[in-house]
Amino acid sequence: MLVPLSENRPIATPEDVVAVRQAVRQRAVELGFNLVDQTKIVTAASELARNTLQYGGGGTLRIEEVIEGPRRGLRLVFEDNGPGIANVELAMKDGYTTGNGLGLGLSGAKRLSSEFEIQSRPGEGTRVTIVRWR
Amino acid sequence: MERIPILKMGEYLLVTIQVDMHDRLAMSLQDDLTSRIVSARAKGVLIDISALEMVDSFIGRMFGDIAAMSRVLDAETVVVGMRPAVAITLVELGLSLPGVRTALNIERGMELLRGLIGARGLDDAGSA
Repeated sequence: MLVPLSENRPIATPEDVVAVRQAVRQRAVELGFNLVDQTKIVTAASELARNTLQYGGGGTLRIEEVIEGPRRGLRLVFEDNGPGIANVELAMKDGYTTGNGLGLGLSGAKRLSSEFEIQSRPGEGTRVTIVRWR
Repeated sequence: MERIPILKMGEYLLVTIQVDMHDRLAMSLQDDLTSRIVSARAKGVLIDISALEMVDSFIGRMFGDIAAMSRVLDAETVVVGMRPAVAITLVELGLSLPGVRTALNIERGMELLRGLIGARGLDDAGSA
């Protein structure tokens, strides 16, 4: 699998979450995503960036263009060194939250993505990877 | 500090969101609107989101909270102008904005508000 493009972005402030949305939108446009698919990946990115900030205490996003045979897509990797998630299965449930949100961040981002992977361990941070194919 | 402007027109408040809001800005809009409903004795709030390219769960919840707070303060809220791609994404995200009245555009939104407020006036007269 070729990875022709990669870009790193900090997620440390609410303004960074907005910058992440704009950067992901720009890449999606460049890759030729249609408007609905652009909106979906930007919305998923917004949910995950907010999680990284709120629950992970900040972190980074890596944006990668992926090419797999004839397919082209966008991969987003959100990483933090925060407290981690004790029960990932529970955290993935609609409506479950340890904060004051709606509990749709992780489950909603998964529904908006083609592929979704989460790795987390208490005390070791969290990494969420999503791919949306064009 | 950055603020979303709130315009008063008679007994209505009009808000046009034209920037990609960070969470603090969304919270300050919610606070400002709640205060303005009281200080302006507003009966209706119209929020135009036709410029918004994305509504995520945080912004969606803000609309729900504004609608609920305005109702408690004796005002009605209508959100207008949602883009089709935003609507599709919002529903797939799992958010259908319960409790938030929506209309296609500003004109229809104003019609809806007038109807809601007019009907409430009649109810008051009937129960008096």
